[in-house]
Amino acid sequence: MNQWQNFTKGFIKENPILVIVLGTCPALAVTSSAINGLGMGLATTFVLLMSNILISLLKSLIPNSVRIPSFIVIIATFVTITDLVMKAYTPDLYNALGIFIPLIVVNCIVLGRAEAFASKNSVFSSAIDGLGMGLGFTMALTILGLIREMLGAGSAFGYKFIHPEADGILVFVLAPGAFFGLGFLIALTQIIKSKMK
Amino acid sequence: MKKASNTLINMVAALFLISGGAAFLLTEVYAATKEPIEKSQKQKEEQALREVSPAFDKAIPATFGELSGFVLLKGEDTVGYTLKTYTDKGFSGHIDMMIGFDKNLNIVNTKVLYHKETPGLGDKMTQPKFKNQFIGKNPSSFRLKVKKDGGDVDAITASTITSRAFCDAITRAYENIKKFKK
Repeated sequence: MNQWQNFTKGFIKENPILVIVLGTCPALAVTSSAINGLGMGLATTFVLLMSNILISLLKSLIPNSVRIPSFIVIIATFVTITDLVMKAYTPDLYNALGIFIPLIVVNCIVLGRAEAFASKNSVFSSAIDGLGMGLGFTMALTILGLIREMLGAGSAFGYKFIHPEADGILVFVLAPGAFFGLGFLIALTQIIKSKMK
Repeated sequence: MKKASNTLINMVAALFLISGGAAFLLTEVYAATKEPIEKSQKQKEEQALREVSPAFDKAIPATFGELSGFVLLKGEDTVGYTLKTYTDKGFSGHIDMMIGFDKNLNIVNTKVLYHKETPGLGDKMTQPKFKNQFIGKNPSSFRLKVKKDGGDVDAITASTITSRAFCDAITRAYENIKKFKK
C-alpha cells in the first residue's frame, strides 16, 4: 500500500465513523452544529496524530504485556494537553464541547489505531495513518453537524439562512436527529463504496 | 531494534519512563497555559459585567447575603449593583448568571455565564427575544414567574423548565439585593 492510499483510506474506504463505526459516542453527542463537529474532529485528529507518532517511536521499547496501559498513558497525555490548550485559547468552543474533550481518551479510534497500526508500522506511515483517519473522522463529524444544524436550526456554521425568529425541525438538534443523520450517512457511504469498486 | 521482552524489569522500566515523560510534559503545558486560562476567564467576567451593568466608573466587590457581586459607583454616587446568581432548577441542572440592577432595583440586563441546557430549546434563554423582556422591569411590580404559573414572563416555547429556572435565578438575586438595601 503506498502512502497516498494509506492517507485516503480514512475518508471513505475505512472511515472510522461511517465504515468502521468506532467512536460514535462523541460523534452523536457533539454534532448539534457544524462548528462543534469540526472542533471535536480537529481535537481528535491532533491526539490521533501525536499518539500514533509517539507510539510508533516507542513500539520496540514497550513490552507486549504492558502495551495497553502504555498506550493509554500516552493518549491521555495528549488529550490533557489539548484540553488545557483549548481552555486557554478557544474558551467558547471548549464550553460547547465540554466533557467530550477529556473523553477523547476513551475514544476507540485512537486506541484502535495505536493497536492496529502504529504499534506495527514505521513512524512516517503511522503519522500519515493518524492524519488520514483523523481528517476522515473530522469530515464525517462536520457533515453530520452541518446536516443537523441546517435541518434543525436553519443555519450553517452559525449563519442563519431562514427567518431569524423561525425554528428548524427541532428533532434534528436533539439526540434522535443524530441517529437519523448518522444512519443516512452510513447508508450513503455504502452506496459510494459499492460504486467505487 | 529488537522488541523488548516481557520481563518484569522491562515492564516496570517502560511504564516508569512513559509515566515520567507524561508527567514532565503535562507540568510544562500546565504552567504555560495557566495564565491564559485565568486571563480568558477574567476577561469573560469583565465583559459580562460591562454588558449587564448601568454605566459606571468603579466596581467594588461586595457580598449580598449568599451571593457575591459588585457595588457600582459613578464618582461618589452608587448607580447600581451587579450580582452573580445561580439556580439548580435548570433542565440540565446548574445555571450561572450575572444580573445588573440600577439604584432603584430595575433590572438593567442579564447574562448567562454557564449552562448546559438543550441546544435549540433551553439555550434560547441567551437570545434577545427571551431575555430582553426583563430589561427595565422592576421585580416589585413585574411578577417573576412564567405566565403558566400566573406571572408576567413569556416562557420559551417548549422550554418552560428553563424559563422557570431563569426566573428562579433572578428572584434569588432580587431577594438578596433587597435584604442588602434594607
